[in-house]
Amino acid sequence: MLDLKEHLKTLTETHGPSGHEAPVRAVLRTAWGGLVDSFEQDGLGSLIGIKRATRPTETPRRIMLAAHIDEIGLMVRDIVDGFILTYRVGGLDNRVMLAQPVIVHGRQPLPGLVATTPPHLLTAETRRKYPDHHELVIDLGLPADEVARLVRVGDVVTLDAPLIQLNGRRVAGKALDDRACVAAVTYCLDALQGMQHSWDVYAAATVQEETGLRGATTAAYYVQPDIAIALDVTFGKQPGVESDASFELGGGPALGIGPNFHPKLNEKLRDAAKAHEIKLHDEVIAGHSGTDAWAIQVSQVGIPTALLSIPIRNMHSPVETVDLRDIERVGRLLAHFIAQLDADFLTTIAWQQTMKTAEAAE
Amino acid sequence: MILRELSEAVGISGQEDAVRALILDAIRDHAQDIRIDPLGSVTARKPASGDAPLRVMLAAHMDEIGFMVTGVDSEGLIRFTNVGGIDDRILPGLRVRIGADAVPGVVIWTPIHHNHEQNVVKLSNLRIDIGASSKDDANGKVRRGDAIAFDSKFMEIGEKTLRGKAFDDRVGCSLLVDVLRGGPYPVEVLAAFTVQEEIGLRGATVAAQTLNPDVALALEGTTAFDLPNPQADADDRDDLNPTCRLGDGPVLTVVDASMIVHPRLLAFLRATAAKHAIPHQFKTRPGGGTDAGAMHRANAGVPSAVISVPCRYIHSPAAYLNRDDYASTLRLIQAVLHDLTPDALAW
Repeated sequence: MLDLKEHLKTLTETHGPSGHEAPVRAVLRTAWGGLVDSFEQDGLGSLIGIKRATRPTETPRRIMLAAHIDEIGLMVRDIVDGFILTYRVGGLDNRVMLAQPVIVHGRQPLPGLVATTPPHLLTAETRRKYPDHHELVIDLGLPADEVARLVRVGDVVTLDAPLIQLNGRRVAGKALDDRACVAAVTYCLDALQGMQHSWDVYAAATVQEETGLRGATTAAYYVQPDIAIALDVTFGKQPGVESDASFELGGGPALGIGPNFHPKLNEKLRDAAKAHEIKLHDEVIAGHSGTDAWAIQVSQVGIPTALLSIPIRNMHSPVETVDLRDIERVGRLLAHFIAQLDADFLTTIAWQQTMKTAEAAE
Repeated sequence: MILRELSEAVGISGQEDAVRALILDAIRDHAQDIRIDPLGSVTARKPASGDAPLRVMLAAHMDEIGFMVTGVDSEGLIRFTNVGGIDDRILPGLRVRIGADAVPGVVIWTPIHHNHEQNVVKLSNLRIDIGASSKDDANGKVRRGDAIAFDSKFMEIGEKTLRGKAFDDRVGCSLLVDVLRGGPYPVEVLAAFTVQEEIGLRGATVAAQTLNPDVALALEGTTAFDLPNPQADADDRDDLNPTCRLGDGPVLTVVDASMIVHPRLLAFLRATAAKHAIPHQFKTRPGGGTDAGAMHRANAGVPSAVISVPCRYIHSPAAYLNRDDYASTLRLIQAVLHDLTPDALAW
């Protein structure tokens, strides 16, 4: 039986900023090793776990699940007297960085702190504005010659933010965007072990989502799926986030609605959720979803794509917060949805089918 | 050195109990007349080796800066206020522990996708999330007035560096414990582990009035800010050093917001450091104050000075200090206790 919290802890505490996802791939090769039949990798490093159909259809069919394994971070741009200056990788928020513990991935992982000015020396002027990214300085607490030996320009930096348990089933940590969804895929693969399914499942752990959906672009090309479900995080309800664009933690996942998503595929997902009494909310996304779904949809000849999202609070901070129940719900929904895919499924979501139904109605 | 235990203990001003327990345990066999005064400070006496020419008070404060719960909002999120001086800019995304049960919480932050505002959000507008699903749920876990502390682990980094919270002033407490464990000294040592320094030197005021010493030293962890300064003249070392530097030895305060250091006593401290070849440095930046600010005004007036270990990033979740600085600060304090005579203080 999968220990979801432990798995999520391992996933989020593994460091893999965009373009440097190898450690996360290694974790997944172990975690998924007993759950899939084989692994493949695309040219950018997305890891694809393949679980073959237990009762294959005459024409093999593929569903792709996509969750990204990269996380936001920093990259060393300069070292001055042993102090480190950085560029950001992805949408890291400068306003949450002061005094944060970080890990500099030099010749070995090095714990560091983002330097602060003691409040005793602060001017009123400085207290009013957050420092810009280029003003942030990382201090390893090591002599300058040690730092020169251990760190090079181009090394990556991640948040040092172990997963902590909050009240109930909520946990907080870094990189829940999008490792919470990676954990949901693991949950799904685990649940499928005791189920029959007719489609091949391609579980894609995509790279470089945060820097422009690049891994999903290449993974979708590589897999050429018949349908795809992207998995990402969305905004949890909290002050400062409008209520129509956010979802209660622990209240169930969200299904993306909008041009990025195939309406008939969405309908089937809603049916599956209903059949298995899983709460599923609608998330209105009028254009670019900012997720892997955006890249996958237009791969090759075009792919019917849907998006399931798990609400988290404090996105892109060291204390992203999720309710484990929402991860389980997504995992369960995916497994049940996959189990009911049959030889005719593509016909049931085909556009022609929609037209015929419309004619019949006339 | 019991700095690790002291650093990981929680004791915000007025709620120093956990630190006091550690200290009472650590000094039990090394001092006499161990007392807890009405404010909560621990005082103890270490008799002189012979006829004491002087009674020397050494003060280190047990309290640390932190926060307190002020209320719970309708969503089950916690409102809080600061205890002691804090830079509001370090709060977003902070991890904390609340109350006696150390309930974990995080300071929530509106995602960058929804808000790019660069003007600082005041502490009063921030909230702590303990994962409560409602106001009632939160009220069952925390109470108004509960202490909130940084959630930080003590770490040893490389050969020389220690990292942890509350080095201001657990490093002073650790030094004072080591002073009591050492000796004996020719002078009588009056140790005061004080409370409520961070909110106005309250514990030291009472302790100094009670102990009525001939001379007093505050032992501190002070603000090192030896970072590269883009505006600095690269050839001018002083320009890079607005306060003091890690690794350059104990810091002697010349003046701060709370006092002007007794010039004769300061001269003696310099001479003692020089005589014993102990590296040392000076701090003239007038920001902040220490227990010496209260002690020098106690009763009819007490010649007082400050000896500090340089620490980067005090008043934040984690500070750094250098082991060599700790060792040389302890050496200087002990040298002072051996060499100090009434002559050194005479005008």
